[in-house]
Amino acid sequence: MARARPEPVQVVKQRRDAALNALVHGIPYSQFLGIEFDRRGDELTALMPFQDKLIGNPLLPALHGGATAAFLEVTAIIGLSWSMLWDEIESGRLDPELLAHGKLPRLPKTIDFTVDYLRSGLPRDAYARAQVARSGRRYASVHVEAWQDNRARPFAQASGHFLMPRPDA
Amino acid sequence: MSPDKTKIAEQFIGAIPHSEALGMQLTEIGEGAAEIIMDYDERFIGDPETGVIHGGAVSALMDTCCGAAAMSHPKNPGATATIDLRIDYMRPATPGQRIKARAECYHITRSVAFVRARAMDDDENRPVATATGTFTVEAK
Repeated sequence: MARARPEPVQVVKQRRDAALNALVHGIPYSQFLGIEFDRRGDELTALMPFQDKLIGNPLLPALHGGATAAFLEVTAIIGLSWSMLWDEIESGRLDPELLAHGKLPRLPKTIDFTVDYLRSGLPRDAYARAQVARSGRRYASVHVEAWQDNRARPFAQASGHFLMPRPDA
Repeated sequence: MSPDKTKIAEQFIGAIPHSEALGMQLTEIGEGAAEIIMDYDERFIGDPETGVIHGGAVSALMDTCCGAAAMSHPKNPGATATIDLRIDYMRPATPGQRIKARAECYHITRSVAFVRARAMDDDENRPVATATGTFTVEAK
């Protein structure tokens, strides 16, 4: 049995990037913080470029704990949504064109979120990755780690629980 | 609030760029308690379909309010930093309504301040979120 010829790589990439872009840029608060995502295959890295308005303590100076918390929470929600969307896009159940034209999927809702502040956030770009520990039909558990210059020295980590969107909604 | 305290309150938010960017207003502070208001703003939306404010903006409000409560405790000599903060989201905040957070530092040692807070929209009987956190107490 002949296997279908794989699609050209740029077609696949374009489809995935359009879907991710629509997801990330559709959330006003993530735009307000200037958060972007870098994609390598299905792995996402969140990026929050430094801006003065993210500062909490101007004397040190250090990032505001609230900005750090929000960055981690955005990373968790996008990471969780992306892992749900990935299967739907790859299987053809979801048309990424619709997504790119503003038809966003229902997002998971945060139930609780706990942030550990490991060291003060420097006035530099910050990066984060989410790991979905468990994703069920109703609930999901996600862990996130954020770092700056040095990947081995995270400045904050968080874990949270999320209510999954109902498939019919 | 007395004129003295109003001035302190204005300076407090004015000194925190991120809190100022989110339009926070400190309405009460002292003796280990604080109250901060954040107006509804479309830039802070987390779910464009419903217009509900992003949890991250509520986190920033809670963190600022808890930090203010920890700093205002008579036994805390100076600045503070968050060690950990947990937020429980009870329900979505009603779009269009401002969010008010109230925090109290209910216990303090030489090194740690224990704080709890609740966030409310216009319906003050049903909190939008609650928070518990620990904050550093800087040595004198």
